[in-house]
Amino acid sequence: MKKSSLGAWIAVVIAALYFLMPLVGAAEFSLRMIRGIYSFEAYKVVFSTVFEDTFLFSSVIALLTIAVSVLIVVPTVYFVQLRLRRLRPIVEFITLLPLVIPAIVLVFGYIRLYNSSSWLPLTGSVMATNILLLFAYVALALPYMYRAIDSGMRTVDVRTLTEAAESLGASLPTVIFHIILPNVRSAVLSGAFLTFAIVLGEFTMANLLNRPVFGVYLVDANEHSPYEAAALSLIAFLITWACMGLMQYFGRDRRAAKPGT
Amino acid sequence: MTAIAAAATVAKPARRLSSTTLALIGVTPFFVFALMFLIFPTIILVFGAFVDQSGNPTLNNIYKIFQNPTLVDAYVVSLKVSLITAVGGAILGLALAQAIVLGNLPRWMRPAVSTFCGVASNFAGVPLAFAFIASIGPRGLLTLWLSDYLGISLRALGFSVISFWGVVLAYLFFEIPLMVLIIAPALDGLKREWREAATTLGATSLDYWRHIGLPVLWPSLVGSTVLLFANSFGAIATAYALAGPGFNIITIQLNNQIRGDVLHDQNLGYAIALGMIVITGVSNGLYIWLRERGERWTR
Amino acid sequence: MAYLELKSIKKSFGPVPVVKSFDLAVDKGEFVSFLGPSGCGKTTVLRMIAGFEAASSGTIEVDGQEISNLPPAKRKIGMVFQAYALFPNMTVAQNVGFGLKLAGYPADQMKARVGEMLEMIKLPHLGDRYPYQLSGGQQQRVALARALAVRPKILLLDEPLSALDAKIRVSLREEIRSLQRQMGITTIFVTHDQEEALSISDRIVVMYEGAADQIGTPFEIYNTPKTTFVASFVGTLNLLEATVVDPGLSRLSIDGHEVTTTSAIAAAAGAKCSVALRPEALALGSARESDRNQMIGTAEEISFLGAVVRIRVRFGAHAVSIDTFNDPNTPPPLRGTRVAVTFRREDLLVLESTGRRPDARLVQLEPELA
Repeated sequence: MKKSSLGAWIAVVIAALYFLMPLVGAAEFSLRMIRGIYSFEAYKVVFSTVFEDTFLFSSVIALLTIAVSVLIVVPTVYFVQLRLRRLRPIVEFITLLPLVIPAIVLVFGYIRLYNSSSWLPLTGSVMATNILLLFAYVALALPYMYRAIDSGMRTVDVRTLTEAAESLGASLPTVIFHIILPNVRSAVLSGAFLTFAIVLGEFTMANLLNRPVFGVYLVDANEHSPYEAAALSLIAFLITWACMGLMQYFGRDRRAAKPGT
Repeated sequence: MTAIAAAATVAKPARRLSSTTLALIGVTPFFVFALMFLIFPTIILVFGAFVDQSGNPTLNNIYKIFQNPTLVDAYVVSLKVSLITAVGGAILGLALAQAIVLGNLPRWMRPAVSTFCGVASNFAGVPLAFAFIASIGPRGLLTLWLSDYLGISLRALGFSVISFWGVVLAYLFFEIPLMVLIIAPALDGLKREWREAATTLGATSLDYWRHIGLPVLWPSLVGSTVLLFANSFGAIATAYALAGPGFNIITIQLNNQIRGDVLHDQNLGYAIALGMIVITGVSNGLYIWLRERGERWTR
Repeated sequence: MAYLELKSIKKSFGPVPVVKSFDLAVDKGEFVSFLGPSGCGKTTVLRMIAGFEAASSGTIEVDGQEISNLPPAKRKIGMVFQAYALFPNMTVAQNVGFGLKLAGYPADQMKARVGEMLEMIKLPHLGDRYPYQLSGGQQQRVALARALAVRPKILLLDEPLSALDAKIRVSLREEIRSLQRQMGITTIFVTHDQEEALSISDRIVVMYEGAADQIGTPFEIYNTPKTTFVASFVGTLNLLEATVVDPGLSRLSIDGHEVTTTSAIAAAAGAKCSVALRPEALALGSARESDRNQMIGTAEEISFLGAVVRIRVRFGAHAVSIDTFNDPNTPPPLRGTRVAVTFRREDLLVLESTGRRPDARLVQLEPELA
């Protein structure tokens, strides 16, 4: 039975070469800002410019996206599992839409639907556009958030928990946010970190809505300093890595209980 | 006791009604959100594709796409990139997933590779493009290394990172890991006992994959390939940052259209978007149809 | 000459020995069970016979031919798994015919053989169903037919009944046994259920920590367990600690009650040893025959099980369970009353001390206060 591991090693090594090549390339390039020697100059410049503002902006949007997603998705999954089973196919169809409709098409629709002369001029002011971007990101994160929370809630006995809590006199919001939510915390967190990573790397929507997110800043940075852009790319990669590591860590206990097929 | 029972039967319908109402209130934000940010935006585009500037119904917008060789070409290039990266990503991703799930590798390998895949599948867009330029671009690390030490010139071989194949190579960077993430649970679903039972009945490894492994995986394979296809088809940032706004794929065309850089014909933009929805919609429909046909043996 | 022979089979996973020098000779047509708790190595031995695990040392022979180095596909050994393991993408008929198809049977012969097998497992009308449309018991019968269709030399059953309901488990095990007799196929059956092993086997191998503790017929295993482990694992035995009084006269003392046994006592006077008493060997009431041992204790708990009444009687640090048949005319003693417990000398079994402590969970009636 040992023979199969040779092929597996070859596959992994080839994959490692392919996946490490651009990363090593970017890392090496980012160190070449000062001609002739390797230095961390690009990183110094990055941290002394508006990087922090744009990164902060993206992070705040990401956290708000997570909060809004949780507020929308948790009650939906809860009620669909508990009382509105018949809505499940519709809800699942809707949550898959963002995977089918390209982001650029969605944002095009937003621009037309919520332009400054429409009934709800969400592109009319900076604040309103930020809110529009926030909801756009909620839409992007929806498939992942919904799946994470849905499979998390399947592993806890929602009905029994609800009945137990109600028999002790808990109100419905208490049940959802104080009983159910803590029980699916790891699922919510793993969805949250994925959302964070998606928002941090997003470019298309923010670019068309003219919001100064990290991804847009990166393209601008490239125009005046490719070294800074390479450094930023690497930083983005490390942050994504941190998010995924945290997601794996929090998602782990859920994997032990396999959902039935 | 009878009174209590009677009270309970009376109370029950009333209670169920109110709890259903409550449930409906609870899912309202979701449906309002879905209507406002998924359904209405899509409908307005689809509707707009069939009217002219003054609101009269017409098929002219769609006709205009077919009249415009650049747009037709953009669709074709998009389809080609998406098909190649979806099928290629699916095959290579399956191979990598198979290696880490069934390949008898050290235990730490699997979580390490899946974490990396989580990172890489989300590392699309601008940073990814820069990383590729920095490594296999004209002045990239690997390009220089190959020409300095091995005397191989990528340019002389006809390869350029800002070409079609450069974009394909970059897309594979997020498509392969995405495939690994989707297909690994399906590979876990292949029970060890199936292989062992087949083996005791005289099956070789090839027999096993032909008669059991691949047929069982088929729905997941097709489903993930469709997802990979939609993922490539809707991507813009990677190609945009890598090859620039002149790279002729449909997402970049739509982007230019929205920005008003080129034609400034709103309704043509709607038609372009409609075409994209039709393509991803058809690919998903195809998947559902294939699954219905192929999955006679599942519930 | 034995049909299947395992000679000093050993297996370690890394530094951990899982199977310690295992020897077994099985006759043609014999039905042998491997009985033991999980982790005792019984499944590992089975998988070594099938060829899924390579033995670290030792040889496996079938019909005088060594098969240790053959790949599993060439061993002609049929196997049935705990989780059915039917191929989900094939119908019942395709599952049963899979091995025949690989062996290159012509279509008509294959069809005939599949029909014959489905007839045999009494599911002739289900050939076109998919596995998900069958109950667990039906799936397991199909798995059995699939394994037998290619006429294997040996049939291996890896806990084939554990996933089924209690009722189906009993009927299917009888069916397996009758099919096995009918076909005369040499069979190894792995189980952790002592009742299953006792009811179905020609011989039982009781395994514990990677070694065979005892090999014997169900009658021998049940009535004369050799070690404390076998005694505790097979049946609901009362295990007690006794002090040797006089090895020559076979006199022992249990909580101050002097008793006599017919077993040989290896230990010297004053030494401790383990003894066992079957619940059904004990009786309530004073001894009428003079050679019966008698102990006085307090009735602590009475469980009415239907045909049998189980009474727990405490003697100081020890408690024993007594099974008596229900008799409408003699109600069981009340809780807390003093009762006399008697048993024959030959029913007091002195056990070999193996130096290994059996799993505490398995020693059902070990004194809690020890």
